[in-house]
Amino acid sequence: MSLLSNTAALLGKEVRTEFRSRELLTTAVVFILIVIVLFSFTFDPTSDESRRFAPGLLWLAFLFAASLMLQPCFLREQNNDTLSALRLSVSDPFAIFLAKLAANTFFLLITELFLLPFFSIMYNVPVVPVLHWLLLVFFLASLGISIAGTALSAISAQARMRELLLPLLMLPLLTPILVASTEVTKSLFDRSPYVQWKGIGFLAVFDLVFLTALWLFGEYLLEE
Amino acid sequence: MTAGFSPVGLHFDKIEKRYGGLLALKRVSLTIAPGECVVVAGRNGSGKTTLLRVAARLVRPSNGTLSFSSQSTDGNALEVRPEFIAHATMVYDELTAEENLALFARLLGVTQAQNRVDTLLKEVGLSDRRTSLVRTFSRGMRQRVAIARALLHEPAVLLLDEPATGLDPQGAAWLASALRRLRDSGRTILMSLHGESEISSLGTRAIRLDAGAIAADTRTGATFRSILTFADA
Repeated sequence: MSLLSNTAALLGKEVRTEFRSRELLTTAVVFILIVIVLFSFTFDPTSDESRRFAPGLLWLAFLFAASLMLQPCFLREQNNDTLSALRLSVSDPFAIFLAKLAANTFFLLITELFLLPFFSIMYNVPVVPVLHWLLLVFFLASLGISIAGTALSAISAQARMRELLLPLLMLPLLTPILVASTEVTKSLFDRSPYVQWKGIGFLAVFDLVFLTALWLFGEYLLEE
Repeated sequence: MTAGFSPVGLHFDKIEKRYGGLLALKRVSLTIAPGECVVVAGRNGSGKTTLLRVAARLVRPSNGTLSFSSQSTDGNALEVRPEFIAHATMVYDELTAEENLALFARLLGVTQAQNRVDTLLKEVGLSDRRTSLVRTFSRGMRQRVAIARALLHEPAVLLLDEPATGLDPQGAAWLASALRRLRDSGRTILMSLHGESEISSLGTRAIRLDAGAIAADTRTGATFRSILTFADA
């Protein structure tokens, strides 16, 4: 009970501070928008070409935007040593991770959903008929990116070359998510859309495995 | 700052802390009685901060054990949650004073949290700035929020790492009077300081750390002063 109550309190704090500063959301939205617009004007793809390569482009942009978003996740807690205050206050340190990964997933989802209409228009790919399936893929992939990224952010925040370390650790680790989510999205953008259950299953298992690992070992990541 | 706690003692048993090749604490053994106010002095890098962070259980010792002696009125062992105040404020700049205290009160499971927040804001003299963002505060005001945060759950053990750093004379005087009230209410206090000050005069015992080991430990006047000023006793 205290785990959920602590998580809810910390999630509220994460959302409140982000909506006050809009630092992460603005950075991510601007980055993804530039990628979408730039590639659209450079390649000027037909609808069929878009269906083939746009899913990969979309997820690559999401992944890089996520790495920008995840970088300050634990760095912010170091400014005033608030991480120590949190560790002294919560009964279960997993609450700190749960709140951060929930907040990161939420911010990523907002960004993705905000930019989906722009993507659909610029690449001439209809998304409305498969929107519910896209939501599922976006959620599972964003959750996976956030779980692994939050854990790695906690590790890299204590390292000397922290700005370099997070993308260096995160991008190879998240390649399987990138591949799976691209494949599922590609199948949904097909002229005859279908659901690639294998990919969705992979994303769900990835999330479950990394969440369990974080629950088991997360406390050690917070130690000095 | 009322006493709603049972007095707690601390016992460090052969504590060692190693950071890579550096031995920050060398088999430190130390017993602090409930209600004692101990000043830890020492040059930069002598291990003061590490000792305090071990006591706060923020740093896991490489060797040795830390234990707390505490008993409730029915004789059962109590869970001890020490609080830590450092020169970093340990509160969020992007939240207001009230939001910061409300957040930590909720995390700590403080009952009647809003009343407690109101009381503490009044005690630290920030009632009229409760809805201001902490980032708009002066250093002294931030430190007041930090102290209010640390007192939310009425901790029996307070650990302070150079709490007066960056405070002006008025801020330091306020801190000294706040700490005096806390000491007199029976809290166990362990604080690291540099040199003699109004705050150091609150100590009932002084310890000097030198290269991670206890070099001196006294409760008497002349030696007490020499520990704080690094002079030979």
